[in-house]
Amino acid sequence: MTLAKDESAREGADSKDDTTGGAGDGYVPSERRLERERYKRARARRATAVAALSTLLTAVVLYLVVVNAPGWPRTKETFFSAQYAREALPKVLEGLWLNVRLLAVCGVAVLVLGMLIAIARTLRGPVFFPLRVLAAAYTDFFRGLPLIINLMIVVLGVPALRLQGVTVDPVLLGGTALTLTYSAYVAEVFRAGIESIHPSQRAAARSLGLTNRQALRYVVLPQAVRRQVPPLLNDLVSLQKDTGLVSIGGAVDAVRAADIIVGRSLNYTPYIVAGLVFVALTIPMTRFTDWVTARMDRQRAQGGSL
Amino acid sequence: MSDAEAPVLRMESVRKTFGGSVVLRDVDLAVAPHTVTALIGASGSGKSTLLRCANLLEDIDDGAIWLDGEEITDPRVDQDAVRRRIGVVFQAYNLFPHMSVLDNITLGPRRVHGASRAEAEERARGLLERLGLGDKADAYPDRLSGGQQQRVAIVRALAVRPRLLLLDEITAALDPELVGEVLEVVRGLKDDGMTMVLATHEMGFARDVADQICFLDGGVVLERGTAEQVFGDPQQERTRRFLRRIVEAGRL
Repeated sequence: MTLAKDESAREGADSKDDTTGGAGDGYVPSERRLERERYKRARARRATAVAALSTLLTAVVLYLVVVNAPGWPRTKETFFSAQYAREALPKVLEGLWLNVRLLAVCGVAVLVLGMLIAIARTLRGPVFFPLRVLAAAYTDFFRGLPLIINLMIVVLGVPALRLQGVTVDPVLLGGTALTLTYSAYVAEVFRAGIESIHPSQRAAARSLGLTNRQALRYVVLPQAVRRQVPPLLNDLVSLQKDTGLVSIGGAVDAVRAADIIVGRSLNYTPYIVAGLVFVALTIPMTRFTDWVTARMDRQRAQGGSL
Repeated sequence: MSDAEAPVLRMESVRKTFGGSVVLRDVDLAVAPHTVTALIGASGSGKSTLLRCANLLEDIDDGAIWLDGEEITDPRVDQDAVRRRIGVVFQAYNLFPHMSVLDNITLGPRRVHGASRAEAEERARGLLERLGLGDKADAYPDRLSGGQQQRVAIVRALAVRPRLLLLDEITAALDPELVGEVLEVVRGLKDDGMTMVLATHEMGFARDVADQICFLDGGVVLERGTAEQVFGDPQQERTRRFLRRIVEAGRL
């Protein structure tokens, strides 16, 4: 007994990368395994070196191509001026705060509205016929309507009506337009999710005595939403960028803030700054989407028979 | 003659772990040419993992595996070249649903082994004919019954003339009637001299067809021998208990 303990203690000390130490069966890695691992480590080192070298080479080539391109000095002055970048960045960031708030509010509104429309489209029963038709018409219309036209009609057109009690605030109107379009996208994502749940799930739920609505609420929707997380996040990233379009109504967001400086200086660096700020905002989101997707794929793979 | 004696597949103290749990522990195995080895044991005893290790679908932690005297677990070895010599039939068939039966079968010969379309199709049709599927060549897998799909999967594995055939519980997803038609095919392959390793729950079949039976329990080959030895006179208490339960369930 003590001998076995000694063995496993020694094993733990000898090979730190041995994940099986907890098995407690006195396993000691063989010389064959150690040799194999040495070889794999050497191969990994070589791969890293090759990757580093080829990256460096690519970077140098790219740099030389760009710098030696005709018109590069002028391009650099017009698009990559450090002076204008310094001037634009604080203003752009100030404007970006508006985009972020718009994203948060519109994001929630889009998810709720999209879900309601999707459910409306899947309701059964003759009473709901008009609701089904309306929901279908809504998604067809707003999915096909270019977002920019939607925005111009709502942001520029609605104030022209001079209706009492209707806001003329370009941010609120812009947010409304975004919500209208994106809830149509998201409704389709949800509907696809609901329809992707195998009918046998609904049958199993109904066989327990759950009503149609209960089956939807407790069995179908939880599975559908989980399955649709990646495409939903995709639409959210898209929405994040498109909040920049509310600037057409005059709201001072990141895009508008850049536009003001460009109009004054005729130097286009602020646009680049605003663009990069949006990119920087979406990268964490897309990485998160990738991570969620990969994790879900892994979970599914584990559920397989192999 | 000594050449024929050399095992097609040999494993030596193979160890495989998933996270903290040891799935295979010190597994030794030798499969002589033109023999059938049956792996039996409860679910989770490591049968499928053993087959997956033999086809390099899983990296082993320790030990070594040889195919025709060449160590295939050496990290320098070309894994695709190894897999070209081994045929695998899966429990869930794993046919490609977007291809016709004929395309499923000729994919490997044409893309990997460089056979011409005419050549590959001729062989595929010949094999299909032999397994009673001559009229299904142009059908799509989803239109076939489970037993037919599994026979197509066997043809797909055979089409590349493998040195060794691994069968992973190929009848587990089939109803009793279809089990018979698939097992008949395996019996025919044995008569042709195909070297096979199969994981199975069909004890009666294992007893009839296997030259060597290995009883796995907790990742260890607890008992091995001919069918008479393992089924007739098991040495280990654990084996006796397993077989008793099988008999009680009326499966032997």
